[in-house]
Amino acid sequence: MAPKTPKVSRNPDLIRGVGKHSRSKMYHKRGLWAIKAKNGGVFPRHDKKPAEPAVAAKPPKFYPADDVKKPLLNKRKPKPTKLRASITPGTVLIILAGRFKGKRVVFLKQLASGLLLVTGPFKINGVPLRRVNQSYVIATSTKVDLCGVNVEKFDDKYFAKQVEKKKKKGEEGFFEGENEEKNVLPQEKKDDQKTVDASLIKSIEAVPDLKTYLAARFSLKAGMKPHELVF
Amino acid sequence: PFKRFVEIGRVALVNYGEDYGRLVVIVDVIDQNRALVDAPDMVRCQMNFKRLTLTDITIKIKRIPKKKTLIEAMEAADVKNKWENSSWGRKLIVQKRRAALTDFDRFKLMLAKIKRAGLVRQELAQLKKQTAT
Repeated sequence: MAPKTPKVSRNPDLIRGVGKHSRSKMYHKRGLWAIKAKNGGVFPRHDKKPAEPAVAAKPPKFYPADDVKKPLLNKRKPKPTKLRASITPGTVLIILAGRFKGKRVVFLKQLASGLLLVTGPFKINGVPLRRVNQSYVIATSTKVDLCGVNVEKFDDKYFAKQVEKKKKKGEEGFFEGENEEKNVLPQEKKDDQKTVDASLIKSIEAVPDLKTYLAARFSLKAGMKPHELVF
Repeated sequence: PFKRFVEIGRVALVNYGEDYGRLVVIVDVIDQNRALVDAPDMVRCQMNFKRLTLTDITIKIKRIPKKKTLIEAMEAADVKNKWENSSWGRKLIVQKRRAALTDFDRFKLMLAKIKRAGLVRQELAQLKKQTAT
């Protein structure tokens, strides 16, 4: 369809409820005479299309004894998570929870789910390409140059858990114990890590002390007041 | 016993309120508790003496000078440099600098402190060795 233009009224308001032009004037303005002329003196008729006969519904297997209430309709669409203004691609973040708590890490991009895509880089502090929630992160004002880093291919599906095929239930299955295959990281994920980190590490080494900074963990020492610290 | 007096031209530091940390000049005394106070970058206003801490610096002005005259007098007495070179002024500057350090700066500071301590200890060890022999 052609892009819909918003409906503009050809009859400006004199006051609310009173238009400037009379009915006959409006008839002329809207060109209804032209539509009639095009259609042989009558308004074009649009007959209803013959409706296809509705498919006969199967009688339900089960009728509940009491009336079942239908839940109220919920049309709520959650808004995309707002990214803090202090977090831009290349910012060094401090992770506050989880097995990498205290680690200083480089922010790459925000994924569609709202989580932040982050990398150590792995060689520097052992944090792989990982998703992290914005709420568990302190943004520092230190930025790393991200030119040459391509993060287009990473999205939430990349990080989804691998679903194992369902095994047939069998007695031998229970006695054998866990499957031999452990969770080995597929080689392509390791290669992805290497490519992302390669250019990152170069830009990190350009700044003196930044590499040791990222390798060290953050901790609160005596006398540090978090609400007074500038990060 | 008292060395710093409230007088017209006395430079004071505001220690409470909106203008905390600002250097102002007392240009008039209103009554026992309040002074009329002015600075080059603010509107002249009254302040309670309790909000002011007197400094050693004074400038030569008459009662309630015009802004232009005040600024000229402050330039003539070189208030800014005197303040920034005084130990009190230097301490405040260092405090501000420390408060504005970012996490990366604090890390670099830590490395520098460790390095300096290492050098000092090296020197000490050498000196100890010398006196021991």
